[in-house]
Amino acid sequence: MFKQLPADETEIIGIVFNGKALQAPKGISVAAAILSRNPDHTRTTPVTGSKRLPFCMMGVCYECLMVIDGQANRRACATYVEEGMRIETQLGVGPALALEGGGSE
Amino acid sequence: MNNHYQLLVIGGGPAGLAAATTAAERGVTCALLDEQPTPGGQIYRAIEAIPEQRAKLLGPEYLRGRKLVNEFRQSAAEYFPETQVWSIDKEHQAGLLHNHQAHFITADQIIIASGAMERPVPFPGWTLPGVMQAGAGQILFKSAGIVPDNGVVLAGSGPLLLLLAWQYLHAGVEIRVLLDVTPFANHLQALPELPRALLAYRYLSKGIAYQLELKRAGIPIMFGVSDLTAEGNERLQRVRFSHAGKRKSIVSELLLTHFGVIPHIWLTQAAGCKHRWDNSQQCWRPELDDWGNTDIEGILVAGDGAGIYGARAAEHAGRLAGLQVLSALNVISRQERDQLSRKDRKRLHEERHIRPFLEAYFHLPDNLLATPGNDTIVCRCEEVTAGQIREAVAAGHENSNQVKFFTRCGMGPCQGRQCANAVAHIVADARGKSVAETGLFRGRPPVSPLTLGQLAQLPKKGTA
Ligand code: FES
Repeated sequence: MFKQLPADETEIIGIVFNGKALQAPKGISVAAAILSRNPDHTRTTPVTGSKRLPFCMMGVCYECLMVIDGQANRRACATYVEEGMRIETQLGVGPALALEGGGSE
Repeated sequence: MNNHYQLLVIGGGPAGLAAATTAAERGVTCALLDEQPTPGGQIYRAIEAIPEQRAKLLGPEYLRGRKLVNEFRQSAAEYFPETQVWSIDKEHQAGLLHNHQAHFITADQIIIASGAMERPVPFPGWTLPGVMQAGAGQILFKSAGIVPDNGVVLAGSGPLLLLLAWQYLHAGVEIRVLLDVTPFANHLQALPELPRALLAYRYLSKGIAYQLELKRAGIPIMFGVSDLTAEGNERLQRVRFSHAGKRKSIVSELLLTHFGVIPHIWLTQAAGCKHRWDNSQQCWRPELDDWGNTDIEGILVAGDGAGIYGARAAEHAGRLAGLQVLSALNVISRQERDQLSRKDRKRLHEERHIRPFLEAYFHLPDNLLATPGNDTIVCRCEEVTAGQIREAVAAGHENSNQVKFFTRCGMGPCQGRQCANAVAHIVADARGKSVAETGLFRGRPPVSPLTLGQLAQLPKKGTA
């Protein structure tokens, strides 16, 4: 689906996606790093379990929620890769229900 | 980060950068908070670190951001990247998330420069992996040098679609087809606005040049397309659409859509600022005076978050808001403010020449916005369909907020950012009312979800 254009002098770091070691250019978002690997999904929905990928890449759709360094519900498009970062596909609400407040008055 | 600043600017795009620089140059203590890791906003995203070759592919308008960012970097304004603002209140207290920590800071004046977002338009299959917004494609390109690998279908309406096609063409991406859903009737509707638009011929000629270049390169462009549908088993496989009276389809694993942009108003809403429905821009926008003042004293809005006028206009509006803040803080007199603002006010006026034409030309048809089929998902988070929304209306729920509580539409993590407009349109259509009457979801902080841990760290409000 996507490919990375060859870039000059970009520092490469190591990340872990679903237990597998990957390399990514420093400074890009987690969503970009994962999308360039063409996964078939980055989360499943809590309601029907359907597969989703990032949609807006600008922090407003919340489709890119993933488990990052053990914490669920982090927006992969607004989180930036760091050396050794552990990234996992989020299934449903993720390992711990971490959402609170907002929109539910 | 201090607990208090004279000025807090939220958003690091052209409006926010210009506002912060203007105020900081006159010695005002100023903090600029932004979600991104580097200044520039969506439009000038990654402008400081971008490899030269990629920057060239993005075009000359993109490179304009360099000057703005340099001036900001040289100013005394404090810069806090990767910082989310999740609330603002009438007392000028802002709730933030910085380094995973939630806290409050206060300011004498707040300028919200939250920019624009893509207008979400539900259509069948828009939740499938492989369907994304055109803005997402552009962000991947700018910030990471990531482009479609195996062909792409571009669909929708608006200048950004053409720009992205042009950028992809130069990056060697295979564009399978560009599907333009702009109704033919719009051409006629836009005609009366053409004379004023000609004053901004720079924009017009650029649009025409892009189109010619795409044609010359042999990119198929289809006009007057409707009934866009994304199909596939667990991911996009095929895009179906109506064109010239026939149902057609094309195989693709990636579809990027664009239906114009709208102001990102979740913070102004949470603050309780007054908003109005703009029929021409087809969006809600905060009500402002000529300086960007909202109806809440000391809270201003600048740039596309106030209404869509584009990046250059945002820069001028940012400077005007900065000058207004200086005068409100008694750093300059009102007279000085008026004098210093002349050039930006003139430029802002000129930048707006093109807008009535663009708004009429790219006006989205009501049937696209208000009549998605009953099976089409409207709320991506809670997976609520258009049919369920119509059932709620039939059961007597009269406005967006009532429909929300009945269906859970808009109660997921995105808090209605993706469905609010669609719900207002569908409810209005079902009740034979105007969108302005059916209203917008009420906004309530936190506008982005916090974890229980982050909430627990918070000092009681007002004691931060
Ligand atoms: S992709 Fe939309 S919020 Fe991350």
